[in-house]
Amino acid sequence: MIKCLKADLHIHSCLSPCADLMMSPKRIVEMAVGKGLDMIAISDHNSAENINAAMKVAHNTSLKVLAGMEIATVEEVHLVGIFPDHDAAMSMQELVYARLTPGENKEELFGEQIIVNESDEVEGYNHRLLIGATSLPIEEVVREIHNLKGVAIASHVDREVYSIIGQLGFIPEGLAIDALELSPAAKYAEAAARIPQLTDYPVVTCSDAHNLDEIGQRTTKFWMEDSTVDEIRNAFLKKEGRHIELAN
Amino acid sequence: MKLAEVVKQCNLELTPTDTSLDREVTGGYCSDLLSDVMAHGRKGNIWITLQAHPNIIAVAVLKELSAIVLVNGRKPDGETINKARSEKVPLLMSELSAFDLIGQLYGLGLRGTL
Repeated sequence: MIKCLKADLHIHSCLSPCADLMMSPKRIVEMAVGKGLDMIAISDHNSAENINAAMKVAHNTSLKVLAGMEIATVEEVHLVGIFPDHDAAMSMQELVYARLTPGENKEELFGEQIIVNESDEVEGYNHRLLIGATSLPIEEVVREIHNLKGVAIASHVDREVYSIIGQLGFIPEGLAIDALELSPAAKYAEAAARIPQLTDYPVVTCSDAHNLDEIGQRTTKFWMEDSTVDEIRNAFLKKEGRHIELAN
Repeated sequence: MKLAEVVKQCNLELTPTDTSLDREVTGGYCSDLLSDVMAHGRKGNIWITLQAHPNIIAVAVLKELSAIVLVNGRKPDGETINKARSEKVPLLMSELSAFDLIGQLYGLGLRGTL
């Protein structure tokens, strides 16, 4: 049966260097439940090490936590991959880590990258340069996300930097991107007037939250049967009555 | 200034090697954001960039740029080279950084045309 599920698919935890330290998996889940969300994805920069904890916290709640990652391609385009399970996200992480800008994070410059467990305890710090980009071409990232049965969403396409439109001018022909994301402040009509290709793709809005208050500030309603990546893909493709709707 | 002269003076490598260099370079532009080049690139400009994605060829055609130069020893992939061939866009490479290459181009008398 098709139901309406309110989703925020782009949330950064305290593993992202630029996110607030309060963004622990436990607090993110509690805030998302409190805001009445049905489905979220933790999408940290080039890493997925806080997802397991968030999934554990959400286990006995009404909230579904999906495994996401915001990957920076060699063109410095940001893409959110949403994966069917934790293992798939770990496979993507292995590839991303192998191709990430070498070097160590400088916490005083970029921020701390904290791995936190389901009980809000610090498990450790990630020392990689997660703020950097990979040497993976965008086509290869999308291909790999699809190999892992995930969906690929181009991040904040209305922004000038780190977006597919800003970095590459337009969406390359033949790139199998599943959906485009508008940043929280964007208005669809204004964005579509500026980016003609917007109307060629499913469009989602997400919070891109870096602190607790931002969670759920923009969401997307998914009309589909279940909170799975397969169903998200079906909703993008408008299969048998499924669809998506931008929401506040 | 003729593109062939710029290529010779700055020791640029051409791919594919049989692309015609019989073009006039009117000035230069440097940016790694393709959206920015689409807004600010001028006809006849030589474009200095790190971006090697196939989309650069379409941008060069759209803006009627005289050539693209990939700096820092970046190499284009097969798809970018194929598009350069089919669109007859001179795709050049330099081992220099953008800063150093642009210094040389400036020394040849080329200027920005914004």
